[in-house]
Amino acid sequence: MTAWRALLAVLILALAWPAMAQEAQLADPQLEQRARDLAREIRCVVCQAQSVADSDADIAKDMRILIREQIAAGRSDQEIRDYLVARYGDFVLFEPPFKASTYVLWIGPFALFGLALLGTVVFFRRRAASPGAVTALSAEEQRRVAELLAEGDNQTLDKGPGDKGLGDKGPGDKGSGA
Amino acid sequence: MRRLVYLLPILLVAALVAVFWRGLDPARDKSALPSALIGQPAPALDLPPLREGDPSFSLAAFKGKPVAVNFFASWCLPCRAEHPLLSRIGDEFGIPVVGIAYKDTAANARGYLAELGDPYAAIGQDESGRAGIEFGLTGVPETYILDGEGIIRYRLAGPISPENFADQLAPEIRAVLQ
Repeated sequence: MTAWRALLAVLILALAWPAMAQEAQLADPQLEQRARDLAREIRCVVCQAQSVADSDADIAKDMRILIREQIAAGRSDQEIRDYLVARYGDFVLFEPPFKASTYVLWIGPFALFGLALLGTVVFFRRRAASPGAVTALSAEEQRRVAELLAEGDNQTLDKGPGDKGLGDKGPGDKGSGA
Repeated sequence: MRRLVYLLPILLVAALVAVFWRGLDPARDKSALPSALIGQPAPALDLPPLREGDPSFSLAAFKGKPVAVNFFASWCLPCRAEHPLLSRIGDEFGIPVVGIAYKDTAANARGYLAELGDPYAAIGQDESGRAGIEFGLTGVPETYILDGEGIIRYRLAGPISPENFADQLAPEIRAVLQ
């Protein structure tokens, strides 16, 4: 039983162990950390949804070697990024740069949210302002309403007395509604 | 003006449908990445020669006339499929085809060419895969067309087939030759 557990633990570890920890590393832990951080930003060009740090693809491994070499040679992170972008395009970065061709990508969601917010505010403002406008009937309309109500009362005599209340109210009552 | 506002949601949905439709197109190759090096000078490659007795491989030596650069490997199955078509580039257009043996041992690459024939004007050895990264390679085979100034004009990722030879490669080479 314990043997099985140990085996399982080894298996899980082997699967979860990051690829970068299994290969030749930089002697300086700070530089190695930089290499790992940078490799997480770089997209594997054949697996697309994985970073160079996570991928087991051959070319991802070559790129990790390249990143470590360049860092050991004293290149800055940005220089290494630029080198890769010059060859593979912005695609190779998980986080696309903020420039004219990506404005829509970066600003689009916020612009849409702003528009939706604006639309909602306008909608509620208008709705809050409108009830008065709708209930303010002209004198002519009030008279017609009263007339119709009274007519309805006359036609539906079988209805209970409660119904009559409405029809009895004259035009003078309108003030309470507004 | 009011009407335009009512049309807006319909236009938005139409735009979304167009985007999704394009994404669903089965003919679209989702793994085909735009090459960042088109229109850029090809990287200077100085590599050990694959063939014994050859002078060391230098891509710059071919400057002055258009040239096709083909990345291949003995372990690459599609390379075998495109192999017979490589000599057609030289036969039909009279431009040299240089080979880069990508991530391959010299012995294996030599055996591969001994078996299938050697269509290359010169062959560089890229055992580490670094020359591939220099070219923004994502896999083998890949074929690049360089003009007389050493500018990369065209990149074909994947094997040459009789179809894409006629539809893509041949017109691109003709354009470079003009």
